[in-house]
Amino acid sequence: MKNRTWAAAGPLITRATTALACASAMWLASADAQAEPRVQRWTNAEKATLGSMLLSRLPAPPADPSNAVETRPEAIALGKRLFSDTRLSKNGQVACASCHAPERDFQDGRPVGQGVGTGARRTMPMAAAAHSPWLFWDGRKDSLWSQALGPLEDGVEHGANRAQLVRLLQTNYRAEYEAVFGSFPSLQGVPANASPLGNPAERQAWEAMSNGQREAVNRAFSNLGKAIAAYERTVTYGESRFDRYIAAVLAGDAAGQQALSAQELSGLRLFVGKGQCSTCHNGPLLTDQHFHNTGVPPRDPSRPDRGRSLAVTKVQDDEFNCLGKYSDAPSDACQELDFIASDDPGMEAAFKTPSLRNVANRAPYMHAGQLASLADVVAHYVRSPKAATGHSELAHGGGGHAERQPIRLSDEEARDLVAFLKTLSGPLQEVSRLD
Amino acid sequence: MFPRLPVALAAALASTLYFTACATPPGDLDLTLQHPSTHGKFVVRVEPPAAGAAINQMHAWQVRLTAPDGSPVSQAKLSIDGGMPQHGHGFPTRPRVTREVRPGVYALEGMKFSMSGWWDMRLAIQAGDASDTAVFNVIVTDAGLRR
Repeated sequence: MKNRTWAAAGPLITRATTALACASAMWLASADAQAEPRVQRWTNAEKATLGSMLLSRLPAPPADPSNAVETRPEAIALGKRLFSDTRLSKNGQVACASCHAPERDFQDGRPVGQGVGTGARRTMPMAAAAHSPWLFWDGRKDSLWSQALGPLEDGVEHGANRAQLVRLLQTNYRAEYEAVFGSFPSLQGVPANASPLGNPAERQAWEAMSNGQREAVNRAFSNLGKAIAAYERTVTYGESRFDRYIAAVLAGDAAGQQALSAQELSGLRLFVGKGQCSTCHNGPLLTDQHFHNTGVPPRDPSRPDRGRSLAVTKVQDDEFNCLGKYSDAPSDACQELDFIASDDPGMEAAFKTPSLRNVANRAPYMHAGQLASLADVVAHYVRSPKAATGHSELAHGGGGHAERQPIRLSDEEARDLVAFLKTLSGPLQEVSRLD
Repeated sequence: MFPRLPVALAAALASTLYFTACATPPGDLDLTLQHPSTHGKFVVRVEPPAAGAAINQMHAWQVRLTAPDGSPVSQAKLSIDGGMPQHGHGFPTRPRVTREVRPGVYALEGMKFSMSGWWDMRLAIQAGDASDTAVFNVIVTDAGLRR
C-alpha cells in the first residue's frame, strides 16, 4: 500500500511544488516533506489549515437569542410541515421546499428562483444556514426566522401576504402552534388579505387595521418564521471524501489518504495555495460568511445589483430583526446588528461567500446563476474581470491591488481544482442539536 | 525602535501567509501591539482577548492609552477603522470603543476577522486638545494571531 501511495504521489509532488510556486512558501514544506514519511506531504502549518476545514470541527450552530423556540422538538416538527406546505402561497403551489427541494440539496438547480414569478437571484443552499450571521446573498436578514418570512411575502416567490398566511396557520396548525407558542392571537376583524409589503389593496387593508390587529398578525407571522427556522436549523452537511482525507492525514493513516486521487490532491494544493480559494472559503463550512465583490458579471447589465451595500439599511429597519418587538432577544444580545458595518465601500455589489460544501451538486453558480459549471467558475477567477458595479477584490494583472497576486492557473491546474471541488460533497442530514 | 522578529518566526509567518493566501504583506510590516501614536502624542497598546481572536467570532479587545510619560489618559474619544488592505474591504463588523473600563483602559467591542491574512486596525484618538492616530497590523491565522 505504501508503494502504491508513493507511486501516485511522486509526480504529484513535482506538480504540487510547481503549483505552490508562491515562491518561498515551500522551502519549509519541502524540508518537512523530506523529514517525514513520504505519504505525508503536508507541513505542520498546512495540516493545521487542513484541519481547520474538517466538518467534524464545525460546532453546533450558534444559539439565536431572537428565537426562543429554535431547539424545541415541537417547533422543529411544525416547521418541517410548514416548510413543505404549498398552501402558504398566492396560488397554492409554492412551498419553501419548491425551491429548497430536500431531494436536491435544498436548492432548485435554476439560475434564478422560480416561484409564482421569476426571481432576480439564485436560490441559496439552505444547509448549515444557521451558522450565518446574515441571510440571503446580500445579508438583508439577521436571523433564520426573519429570513423565512421574506420569501413568503415576496411577489415573485410565494406571493402570499401575512394576513392570509396567519389565517392559514390558524386554520390548519392551531394546536401545533399553541403547543409551542401558547394561545393563537385573535384574528377577529382581520381582513383576508393584508400586508404592509403587499399590492396596493393589501397595503390599504393593512393601513385600515388597528394596531392591535396588526400586532396580532405580526406576532403569529413571526412565530411562523420561528417554527420554520427551528426546522431549517437542523439541516446540515454530512462528511465528504475531503473530510475523510484530512482525517487520514491528521491521523497519519496512509491507507485513508487514498480517499483523494492524485488529481484531486493537486486541486487541494491549489485550493489552499496559489488558487487563493481558502482565503474566503475557510473553516469547516468553507466560507467566511462575509460579502465580497469578485467581479461576477451581472445577469442583466441593464439592472445592476448592488448587493450588500443596499442591504444594511434594510436589515436595520426590519421590524423582524433581532432588536424588534417580535424578537425574543434582550437588546444587548444583538451584537451583529449592534456592530453592523454600515459604511464599507467594499460592500458595493458584494455578495455572500457561499459554503463550498456539496458545491458540485448545485450548478449553476454565483448569486444569479451566471456561470453554468465549476469550470466556468474557476475560469472566472483566473480571468478576474473588472466589476461592472463597485470594485472587484481580485487582483488584476497590472494595477489595482498591487500587493495581491493574480490567480494564475494553467488549464491542467484549473481541471485539477474542479476535480477537487467535487470531493466536497456529502449527504445532507437533519440533526437536532440542543447544545 | 521596535522589537525585531526572530528570523525563524518571520520565516514561519511568511510561509503561513503565502500558504493561505499567496498575498505578501509589505516586508516592513510592524506587528507590534504597543507603540507610540503616529505623532508621538500617546503610547497605545491594543490587547487581544485572552481566549484568542478566532476567525468569524466576535470578540472584544482592550486599548491602553498612556501619555508619553506613562500616565494613563482618561476620557479619550477613540474610534477605529480598518480591514484587509490587500482585499479592499473593511472589517465585517463596525467595532467601536464602548466604555472606559478603568483609567486609560478602553473596551473595544465588536471586533471580528472573517478570514486569515493581514488586517490593519486604525485608531483615531482624541484626548483634551490632543489628537493623533495609531495603526496596528495583525496577521490572523487559523491558530489565532501571529506576531
